Parts: sequence; structure tokens; C-alpha cells
Amino acid sequence: MSRTRRSLRLLLRLIVVFKNIYILSGLIIVLLFVFMAILADIISPYSPVEAVGLPLQPPSRLYLMGTDNLGRDVFSRIIYGSRIMLMIVAIAVAMSGAIGTVLGLISGYLGGLLDRILSFIMDSIYAFPSLVLAIALSVALGPSPINAAIAIAVVYVPTYFRMVRGQVLSIKSETYIEMAKALGIPSTRIVLKHILPHVTRTLMVVFSMNSADAILTEAALSFMGLTVQPPTPDWGFDLYKGRGFVLAGMWWIMLFPGLSITLLAVGFALISEGVSTLISPQKR
Amino acid sequence: MEILLVNDLWVKYFTLSGVVSAVSGVSFKLRRGEMLAIVGESGSGKSTLGLALLNMVPKPGRIIRGEVVFNGVDILKLDPREIRKIRGSRISVVFQDPFTTLDPLRRIVDQFEEFLIEHGVEKVKVRTIVREYLEAVGLSERIMYSYPHQLSGGQKQRVSIAMAIALNPEVIIADEPTTALDVVVQKQIMDLIDSIKEKYKSSIILITHDLALALERADTIMVMYGGYVMEYAEKSELFSNMRHPYTRALFEALPRVLQRDLPRSLPGYPPDLRNPPPGCIFHPRCEFAVEKCKRELPPLIEVSRNHFVSCHRVGELL
Ligand SMILES: Nc1ncnc2c1ncn2[C@@H]1O[C@H](COP(=O)(O)OP(=O)(O)O)[C@@H](O)[C@H]1O
Ligand SMILES: [Mg+2]
Repeated sequence: MSRTRRSLRLLLRLIVVFKNIYILSGLIIVLLFVFMAILADIISPYSPVEAVGLPLQPPSRLYLMGTDNLGRDVFSRIIYGSRIMLMIVAIAVAMSGAIGTVLGLISGYLGGLLDRILSFIMDSIYAFPSLVLAIALSVALGPSPINAAIAIAVVYVPTYFRMVRGQVLSIKSETYIEMAKALGIPSTRIVLKHILPHVTRTLMVVFSMNSADAILTEAALSFMGLTVQPPTPDWGFDLYKGRGFVLAGMWWIMLFPGLSITLLAVGFALISEGVSTLISPQKR
Repeated sequence: MEILLVNDLWVKYFTLSGVVSAVSGVSFKLRRGEMLAIVGESGSGKSTLGLALLNMVPKPGRIIRGEVVFNGVDILKLDPREIRKIRGSRISVVFQDPFTTLDPLRRIVDQFEEFLIEHGVEKVKVRTIVREYLEAVGLSERIMYSYPHQLSGGQKQRVSIAMAIALNPEVIIADEPTTALDVVVQKQIMDLIDSIKEKYKSSIILITHDLALALERADTIMVMYGGYVMEYAEKSELFSNMRHPYTRALFEALPRVLQRDLPRSLPGYPPDLRNPPPGCIFHPRCEFAVEKCKRELPPLIEVSRNHFVSCHRVGELL
């Protein structure tokens, strides 16, 4: 009886979540790109790395988004380019989220000298303009997708750290934590079972907001040639290559990569906005 | 035979705005099956003392000195693993505010079972124990599938009490267990605590600001003020022979049904414990204070058998 009631409650909650217009539209956008990346081999009309037509053709029925200066199909490059973007962002956000959350939990719960040292390091990273730091790290590590992901991850660790630490500090003084201690529950369990669950909602907001940020940073690194090497399709780098042709009127080479980057970032921002309205009713 | 022996316990909070002396040289003993009430206005250090008994004074607090001897072992010397085994199973706590003592995101049964399993109860037995003790505190077993916000304050406090007694602890510390509840529920909860004392022969430390409640329920009463013990005696002795001006002031401040005059309230405020007055900590509010009280800390003296008073003028005031 209690099991069916619980699943019913879950269903109701899911409905509430999907009824939120921000979350719904954001999810549709993000999932669109995810499917694009997964099904690239099937939906892409041409090879993304070979000349398949005359160079610099405007969009037409044959080349939906036109061709670039080497005669490659821009549409196919957009589709395949979503792979590298999503991969780098997913790795970066997962790494920074995991590291930032764990350090924030430890630092906030234990306090003391460790907390002061970690907070100092995180504040120092945070004080840097994130793009400059990402570029510097990326250059230092050498251009490659995984290095770019690491650079982005480092830049965003403090975002998670600061949020989680702050929440732990306030939850830590709640009576139910004192009660758990008085019942003899060990600290690791208290942190994982009694504190972390209270942080997850805010974590979801930061997570999606941070994904939007990371997309723009990735695009910037790609733009500077710090991720993949040509001819691998990549939105940021294609944007870079397209900039010379815009003044000559070939807007499509730059427009579509730029649009994809923006749209994907907006998708995550919408999810973040939706989740934050859900968890703080007064914002509705 | 004493189950708990507290010896010259000192606790201070090292805050940014100064050192707070929350508990100063407190000693007492608790016998098996005894209910000891610790009474005092808020800020007298009662809760801090309660937490110190489990070595759980929160930062920036520290136990400076003293012993808490439980069954012959000083628990302040135990390592974290050993003290954890005692917490909740041999000495347990019921906190003041039932509205915040349960984790709002977890069902009662999950919190209860987690605690039992942590103390080594076999998984197959936990559900039975949860049922048994919810019933023992007068709750229907159905409520175990509820989240805390679905329960009333009285029900939540009963859940806390059920957890506090489930492993049959020798000592139960109840820190203002009824203060946050309405009057009818207060009485029910106190009756429940009384019946637990009878049924399980547990020793109970009842922390309260309410002298009337202590006089009604406890066997022994310890009056605290500003972190110090003012008076300590068996209930009947204390009731018939109150010696400390602070105890008397607390008593006179009680509302009474059969009296025409209004209760006399104690003028002034409790001391700032970052900056306590010299001499007797109570002297600024004491109507009997003399020069000596402003200079010298009065010792705790035994005025009659097992009746202790900390007052320079105890010989003159009868
Ligand atoms: N976490 C804390 N940090 C600093 N000071 C505290 C803390 N907890 C209690 N105190 C101080 O210790 C003194 C005793 O408080 P407490 O033990 O809560 O008294 P009571 O339970 O009798 O009201 C008070 O002066 C209070 O301000
Ligand atoms: Mg208190």
C-alpha cells in the first residue's frame, strides 16, 4: 500500500516538473541536441569532413545551411559538432560538480583549518575572470578535448564548492543533525544521508546554470583552436573560420554554429530557471 | 548506586566576541531510576550541560575540565567510536523543539531504522522494534510511513521519545521536552516520560526553565544560574526548605491559582556570560547581596544532608 502511494506521489511530482514551461522548453532544446549527437550518423546528409559541393553555396534544398569555403556541408558539420561540444561540457561539468560538491561537503562539515585553506584556494580561483583562466589553463595543458574539459572543470569547481559549503554550514546547525549525532550516527553518514539530500535541489539549479556557462566557455576555447584539430567539426572553431566571410555576405557559415551554441546554452539556462522557480515558490 | 557522576565540569564557548563561560564547575550524581531536574532561566547553561554529558558541545564550545563518569568510565576520555556507541543506546537525548528534530526529507521509519541498524540491531528485527516502541509511546504504527511535516508537534515529540527509549538506555536526557508544545500535550508527554521511568527503570535528567514542573515530577532538583549550581537537593527537602535567594525568587515568580497577589517577578536580566560579574554570579539581582557577595565566589556547602547551597548568606537567611 505504501509503495503504490509513493510511486503515485512520484508521478505527481513529475507532472509538476514537466508542467513547468521553462523546464519543458529547456529540456526539449537540450534533448534535441543530445539526439542529434547520438544519431549523427543517421540524420546527417553528408560527411562532415569532405567537400560535398561547391564552396560557399548559400542555404538551399540540397545544402540546408549552405556550404563552407572548402565545400563541406554546414548542416552536417553542425550535427557532428554537437558531439564534441556535449562531450566536453558533460565531462567538465561532471568533474567540477563532483569535486566541488565533495570538497564543499567536507570543508563545510569539518570546518577548521582545512576549511580555511580550501576556501582560500577556491576564492582565489573564483576571483579570476573565468574565461581568462580557462584559456590560460587550456594553453598550459595543450590543445585537446580532454584538456579543455579539465580546464573548464577547474574554473567551475569553486561555483559548486561555495554553494555546497554555504548550505552545509546552515544545515549543520539544524537540530536534526544534532539529533542524528545524539543517536550515535557517524559523521560520514550524517553528511551523505542527512545533509547531501538537502543540497541536491540547489545543486540541480547550479548544475544546469553551470552547463550553460560551460558551453560558452567551451565555444571560446574552440574558437581559439584549443580543443579539436581541423577538420573535425566543431562549432566554436567553425565560428572562428567563418568570421572572414561574413563581411563578404556569406553569413551562413558563421550564423549556424553561433546559433547552435546560443540555443544549447539557452536550453540549459531555461532548465535552471525552471528548477529554481520550482524549489522557491515565492519566485513563481 | 550512581549511574552517572559529574565532577567539576567546565564548558566555555570561544566566540569571536568573547569567551562565554556556559558551565562552571558543575558536579552532581544521578542514581538509577532517579529523575533529576535541572532548573534555571534560559541562558543558565542547562542545554550546554546536557550536551556535555554526551561530549557533544558544538563548536566553538569546548569542555575545559571535568569528568563525566558513566558506569565507572569517564566518557570524556573515550574516542569518537566508543562514545558513538553510547550515544542513543545507553545515554539518549530528547530535544526541545520537536518541529526540527526530525529530518524533514526522510520518513519516520527510515530515520528510526537507520539509528537501530547503526547500533547493531539485526535488519530483520528493526521493523518490529519500530512498531513496538511507536506503540509504547502511544502512536499508531501507521505513522511510521509519514514524513515529519505530516505529524503534529506532540506526535513528533513522541517519535523522538520512542527513538530515545528504543535501545533501553540507562540515562535519558530530556531538554525542555514540552516547552514547544501546548498545555494539554505537555501534560501527556510528561506523563509518558513518567511512565517510561517506571516501566524501564531509566534515570532521567529533565532540563527545564519551569520550577513548578520540576517540583511536580522530579526526585531531585538542581538549580542553575549563569552556569553555576545555586542549589541542589531532593525535591521534598528543597520544597520545604528553599535556601538560595535565586531558588526562592524562581518560586515566587510562579503563577499560583489560590493566591490573590500577583506572582513576584525577578527584576533584572541574567548575566552576560562573556563578562560575568565578580563574586557571586547572582549578586546583581539578589536582594540580600552584601559586600562579600561582590568579591568572593560562594562555595557550594552542604547545609543539611544532601542539600547543597551556594550562598554566602545561607546561614543568616532562613
Ligand atoms: N553555540 C554557541 N555558541 C556560543 N555561545 C553559546 C552557544 N550555545 C550556547 N551559548 C551560550 O551559552 C550560554 C548557555 O546557553 P544554554 O546552554 O543554551 O543555556 P540554557 O539551555 O539554560 O538556556 C548562553 O549564554 C548562550 O548564549
Ligand atoms: Mg536550553
